[in-house]
Amino acid sequence: MAAAQTGGALGRGGLIAAALAIVAIVALFVGARYGLLLAIGLGFGVALEGLRFGFAGPWRAMILRRDPAGILAQLLAIGLVAIVAFPLLATHGAELSGAAAPIGWAMAGGAFVFGMCMQIVLGCGSGTLVNAGSGNPVSLLALPFFAVGSFAGSYNLLWWTDLGSLPILVLEGGRGLAITVVLLLAVAAVLMLLAAPGTRMPSGRLLVAAVAVAALALANLVVGGQPWGVVYGLGLWAAKAASTLGMDLSASGFWAAPNNAARLGQSVLTDVTSLTNLGIVAGAFGVAAWRVGGLSQPIPKLPARAWAATVVAGFLLGYSSRLAFGCNVGAFFSGISTGSLHGWVWFAMAFPGAALGVWLRPILGLEARR
Amino acid sequence: MTRRMTAFLAVAGLAAMVALDVAGAPPNPYQAPPMLALGSGVAASGGFCGALPN
Repeated sequence: MAAAQTGGALGRGGLIAAALAIVAIVALFVGARYGLLLAIGLGFGVALEGLRFGFAGPWRAMILRRDPAGILAQLLAIGLVAIVAFPLLATHGAELSGAAAPIGWAMAGGAFVFGMCMQIVLGCGSGTLVNAGSGNPVSLLALPFFAVGSFAGSYNLLWWTDLGSLPILVLEGGRGLAITVVLLLAVAAVLMLLAAPGTRMPSGRLLVAAVAVAALALANLVVGGQPWGVVYGLGLWAAKAASTLGMDLSASGFWAAPNNAARLGQSVLTDVTSLTNLGIVAGAFGVAAWRVGGLSQPIPKLPARAWAATVVAGFLLGYSSRLAFGCNVGAFFSGISTGSLHGWVWFAMAFPGAALGVWLRPILGLEARR
Repeated sequence: MTRRMTAFLAVAGLAAMVALDVAGAPPNPYQAPPMLALGSGVAASGGFCGALPN
């Protein structure tokens, strides 16, 4: 017993030491900002996995059981970020940028498809990273296809936006913040009205998680100069792989653009979203390894069609999130919290998509056999 | 098989990707931007999901 406890303490001490060492190495050999961003990503991974704060699961809970607790926690986190981010963006607009993107046909359709697919695999942008890090085999399989899909979606992005887009619409300043907070409260009120009797408000754990995620998102903005995002980094990984394998990316308006073309020649350790993505996977792995029995769960027995559905849904998660100008993180969380109206449209389109995905999940064999 | 194997595969796969990437494009810490974007006076230029290429 004592030996097991000593071993556990050594293992946990090793996890902390490894995390600190990796952050220090990146800070020293890549740059202090990049080390900090990796640390922020680790914090996201620890908060999301350790405090069980997610996006796909709470949406599923609302759709199936009319339990709004998890979504209310999401709205709280978004509101907390908005209260700080709006003034920061107003006073430091030259140094910081919001998640501003245009509303359009492809954007709306992409959000619907993303909402559907995130329920099929039960993993959103951040959730797929967290779940892969904690050993969920469905997310582990979906992740590389998510990256390839993100690359493919960005490759064709301009064709899709040419189908029709509005100018970028952003809520700004004190009035913009007030409108955002009122809208968040209105959505929360609707969720409470729809809630099943006996469903609770967010637990203390979820409230702590919401504050932690909001603080980390603000740190991301202050350190990286941009809001928390996921899918750009995944697309960049696949784009770099495609380029290494000899694919000519100059035919893509997206990857031929100077900023993106330059990024292809730079290390992923200098890319903001890549660093936080890596940190999320590593942080979730650390939490799973830290927990007693956290990695000892058996792999679920799923039929072949479930694995095939995971591959297709993983690809579509990536492709659709590029068309939608972000996933649940870049569009929903960061879009709304920095005033971009596309974040609200994303939410309105992704939620019915999620309802369809909840219905499709058992049909596709993704409810594990017992 | 347990999650120990799949979690290890996830971390090992990403570590291998980063190692290959760093070997192909070694970062230069002397060209790194200021530690914090806020107050740096430097415009944000990182890639983001919502950014259009223009």
